[in-house]
Amino acid sequence: MTNAILLDVKDNVATCTTAANKGDAIKILGGGEIICVEDIPIWHKVALKKISRGEKIFKYGEIIGEASIDIAAGGWVSHENIFSVPRDYESEMI
Amino acid sequence: MNFFGYKRSDGRAGIRNHVLILPTCACGSESARIVASQVRGAVNIIFNTGCSDVQANTDMSQKILTGFACNPNVFGVVIIGLGCETVPHAKLREKIQSMTRKPVVSFGIQEEGGTLKTIEKAVRAARDLAAEASLQQKELCDISELLLGIECGGSDATSGIASNPAVGELSDKLVDLGASTLMSESIEWIGGEHVLAKRAATPELHNKIIKICADYEAHLKAAGQDCRAGQPTPGNKFGGLSTIDEKSLGCIRKGGTRPIVEVLKQAERPTKRGAIVMDTAGYDISSVTSMVAAGCNAIIFTTGRGTPTGNAIVPVLKVTANAQTFSWMEDNIDVDLSGIIAGELTIADAGNLLLKKIHDVCNGRLTKAEAYGFSDIAVDHVCRFV
Repeated sequence: MTNAILLDVKDNVATCTTAANKGDAIKILGGGEIICVEDIPIWHKVALKKISRGEKIFKYGEIIGEASIDIAAGGWVSHENIFSVPRDYESEMI
Repeated sequence: MNFFGYKRSDGRAGIRNHVLILPTCACGSESARIVASQVRGAVNIIFNTGCSDVQANTDMSQKILTGFACNPNVFGVVIIGLGCETVPHAKLREKIQSMTRKPVVSFGIQEEGGTLKTIEKAVRAARDLAAEASLQQKELCDISELLLGIECGGSDATSGIASNPAVGELSDKLVDLGASTLMSESIEWIGGEHVLAKRAATPELHNKIIKICADYEAHLKAAGQDCRAGQPTPGNKFGGLSTIDEKSLGCIRKGGTRPIVEVLKQAERPTKRGAIVMDTAGYDISSVTSMVAAGCNAIIFTTGRGTPTGNAIVPVLKVTANAQTFSWMEDNIDVDLSGIIAGELTIADAGNLLLKKIHDVCNGRLTKAEAYGFSDIAVDHVCRFV
């Protein structure tokens, strides 16, 4: 049984499909295993490696936000520690 | 693929045959409710606007009212106005009659001498229309007559991972069969707009998609607001969605992968067939309202946290991939897609299952929200009432 889903190889987070407790080994569909360093609710994200403040968060292979504080590998990634970055619409025009 | 529907004189096909009791403004809403409750086959909407509005708001409410009246699921319309609203009943009736040949009658509360006299006349009119409607036979219609609205609401992380991709698969299947799908909620393209725009059939449509997002943010900024304050919603955050970008990247997957052939303004009727997108709020009730006004015959609605919503004239089919939500709120949700998360159902199989469910709805099967008679509505506003 897996406990989290990795959606893209570029991603640095996976989505937990069961609630995880601190110390649990989370088995990830799409690759590997990670030890959870804090309790993470079901459907929330676990950091797959250390994410430093200012680093981008990738899910679906795309940027979903930026870390506002350092997040440990196996840590809970949520609206409390990542934020949405303004878009540069002009550069997206063709 | 075919379904049994109601052919309309404008060439479109309805999957329901409602008599719509339509208020011109908030002051007609209660009378409309009472009339609809008296006549089997009649439905009403509650309208909270239509008066003391700036022009842009009036334009929007008129698009919603005329769009609902012209929706192919509607057989005929009974309008109830007050008399001093921005667009009175006779004017609205004439406007609708210039757009459709279906029967439309109208009454004004001030003209008739109060609500009871108005209700009496309107009930008789609605009764006669319902009797006429009941004689209309269903005919075989090609699936290309279907315009399916695609919506999500009360999303959590299961939406973007499972139920939205499954609906995306359904959308691709329908487009391949010649039908049309309409995805809205442009605020929920933000952060994923560059991905969505890649599906545009032309560079013009590509840039239109990007511009809608830029304009939306600028519009809110002009009022001193930021979409990131309201999106994601508290429920989204609780369900594991941390930023608007994350929500959007999951949301846009429900539109599938086929080329986007048209980019519509809010509540505008499509002129093309295929995969279409529309500029609306992410507020699900408002988005569904605008898609119904654009002529959608049915809505498929994905949810993670669970929602009861329904529309007065268009069936809303609710699906979730969150097993706990389905078992907890089964009375509000039509299809369980949690097998995708459990690894027991492929996205392709889920798409086939949804095609069958939507086909059943087209043939008349009631959705849960429809069986309960739910009729949520929200008309988008450009600015404050005046």
